[in-house]
Amino acid sequence: MRESMEFDVVIVGAGPAGLSAACRLMQQAREKEQELTVCVVEKGSEVGAHILSGAVIESRAMDELFPDWKEMGAPLNTPVTADEVYLFKSDTAAKKVPNALIPKTMHNTGHGLNNYVVSLGNVCRWLAEQAESLGVEVFPGFAAAEVLFNDDGSVKGVATGDMGITAAGEQGPNYMEGMELHAKYTLFAEGCRGHLGKLLIEKFQLDIHADTQHYGVGLKELWNIDPGKHRPGLVIHGSGWPLNTGGSYDTTGGFFLYHLENNQVVVGLIVDLNYTNPWLSPFDEFQRMKHHPVLADHLAGGNRVAYGARAITKGGFNALPKMTFPGGLLIGCNAGTLNFSKIKGTHTAMKSGMLAAEAVFEAITAGDKSSKELSSFNDKFKDSWAYDELFRSRNFGPAMHKFGPILGGAFNFVDQNIFAGKLPITLHDEKADYAQLKPADQCPKVDYPKPDGRLSFDKLSSVFISNTNHEEDQPCHLKLKDASIPIAQNLPLYAEPAQRYCPAGVYEVIEEGSGPRFQINAQNCVHCKTCDIKDPAQNITWVVPEGAGGPNYPNM
Amino acid sequence: MKLIVSVKRVIDYNIKVRVKADNTGVDLANVKMALNPFCEIAVEEAIRLKEAGVASEVVVVSIGPTAVQEQLRTALALGADRAIHVETDELPEPLNVAKLLAKVIEAEQPGLVILGKQSIDSDNNQVGQMLAALAGRPQGTFASEVKVEGGKVLVTREVDGGLRTLSLDLPAIVTTDLRLNEPRYAKLPDIMKAKRKPLDVKTPADLGVELKQHITQLKVETPAQREAGIKVDSVDALIDKLKNEAKVI
Repeated sequence: MRESMEFDVVIVGAGPAGLSAACRLMQQAREKEQELTVCVVEKGSEVGAHILSGAVIESRAMDELFPDWKEMGAPLNTPVTADEVYLFKSDTAAKKVPNALIPKTMHNTGHGLNNYVVSLGNVCRWLAEQAESLGVEVFPGFAAAEVLFNDDGSVKGVATGDMGITAAGEQGPNYMEGMELHAKYTLFAEGCRGHLGKLLIEKFQLDIHADTQHYGVGLKELWNIDPGKHRPGLVIHGSGWPLNTGGSYDTTGGFFLYHLENNQVVVGLIVDLNYTNPWLSPFDEFQRMKHHPVLADHLAGGNRVAYGARAITKGGFNALPKMTFPGGLLIGCNAGTLNFSKIKGTHTAMKSGMLAAEAVFEAITAGDKSSKELSSFNDKFKDSWAYDELFRSRNFGPAMHKFGPILGGAFNFVDQNIFAGKLPITLHDEKADYAQLKPADQCPKVDYPKPDGRLSFDKLSSVFISNTNHEEDQPCHLKLKDASIPIAQNLPLYAEPAQRYCPAGVYEVIEEGSGPRFQINAQNCVHCKTCDIKDPAQNITWVVPEGAGGPNYPNM
Repeated sequence: MKLIVSVKRVIDYNIKVRVKADNTGVDLANVKMALNPFCEIAVEEAIRLKEAGVASEVVVVSIGPTAVQEQLRTALALGADRAIHVETDELPEPLNVAKLLAKVIEAEQPGLVILGKQSIDSDNNQVGQMLAALAGRPQGTFASEVKVEGGKVLVTREVDGGLRTLSLDLPAIVTTDLRLNEPRYAKLPDIMKAKRKPLDVKTPADLGVELKQHITQLKVETPAQREAGIKVDSVDALIDKLKNEAKVI
């Protein structure tokens, strides 16, 4: 029998949604002078270690959670001062898009908006400090590996993973059994494609009334740049080359470059995972993209500090599953509350966590002993600004998928700027991302340039600066349902795309005398979840490795 | 018998160390920090001695800013009984650390002091030896095995070409090598309990130590990037290069 601990609320994941929920729960408990036990488990070695986001965040949810966050020292230090949008026509040509032609949701200045360029990892570190000082137990280094159920089928809590299991699956010298964490309510805030969230969506059929979910993979680097070029608060977005150069090269996505504080700049690329050409490599697209003069101008002479990647849940309103089930809730990107039309998800993730906290606290103070389904959350959510803005943006992604970036962009301009998202039509996009790949022999191969070691780099030196580490002697956390599929099926059909879509070099096909062999370098994994999403055979399942493994992102 | 273990907060061993742009030191802003691995081994050894009934109490000590309390709590979660934080603004140099620890030992009168052999950030490997000298006690450094028997501690040391076992009179100072043990993981309930274990904060003045600076750090630099080598086409060309370019023969 595993040991167990009892809490009122257990939260899985110390990201913006989970930590906002934790803080809001304790704030209410303090107001009502009520005892409440809240625990947050986080698979990263510390809070923020696995957080990767642009990020420009809207302060709306933070304003509500901690009205005096500024005085409290929240690391929202760099207000957005200027907004630029580019369309890259080629590897050298670019067109700056006039502000008036940009969908309103993408504006980061004006309109009474308070947007900040931040390190979301540092925002989470700060939120965790607040949560702890409010009395929340935050446990980094502990991965929730399993959902526990009551006899009536409701969620009872989670179990943390065993530690010290060897690669062969045996108990090693420092073996420690996982622990059961029982709660009246369990909030799942694992972020995009959480592996427990995925199971819950399936078990409780949370997505039967929702459109198919869509994803992107975001790749990001942090740079120290020449102080002479530093313009704190400058925000640049754009699309076009290299992902979309017309013809069959029509992948959607977009890049960003934000000027933070301390002469630092973040640069990144989001590649929509509905791309069709299996030869495409998001990592190499990102590397070559930095050579575009518009971006190279900022980066040249600087040096790269950190690298990382993370999948993004971007289906928005239409793909949003039901967020409640008996005994718990899915919040933030684990459900999919990101507003892609704003390219922002932190404020809506935080808000979903705060609303969940309110619904849970009401239920607990009403004396609920059993783990009910909190339908009150759905009413709160529907009445919130988060729901309103997701509803208004519901057509943004589908329009891009349906009409392509140019006409789709035009539709979005009309939809967002003239009708403020209230057009009485809803577009749907029902084809799953993994089903989009075309056979490799029908697609043009992509000849990526060699990295120059100044602006562009290879995969391994990149993974090196994500500070990724996994205890070596442990079972592989990337599970194949059928070990023969990569070589027998994916290789002939799609030239095994895992080699290219994985931004950390986890998957390799190695030619040996006896033929090709599929190798999984699980210790490189940056926990982005792209393989779980994009494998055409849906054969790869990402499960949590031993707690504290994975990247150690600083200031990301 | 009471055990004292000193622990240091250092940059996590998984982190790629980055030098600050102005070369004044290593960039630690929002970088993951951890218990120095050698200190973690020292804590583990002390807890094992307590579990074996040899020790009755394990006291952990750390020196530095408030943040070091995080590492003290980690040691408490692993099984130490109480902690002493000697608060200083900066991480002091080895001699100051040794002087502060000597005063702690004077007050606490432990039977055995266990330290990591060195910290993975400054790699000095000095504190244990200095402490032994200041306290006038025997030392067993680089321990790969520690046994307490009849008022003595047997310390097996890793030396060039083999192992050497010393018998030291207690109280003694022992520093740990990597192979001494494999530290355990902290358990969730123990992490919660650790928050309530006693942690005393003292200042160097409380201990009657004046911190003196003997070392000034001039500059921290990233190692120069190694340039790609060249291939020479003949032995003569190699000799010529060694003679005239490298000037080594």
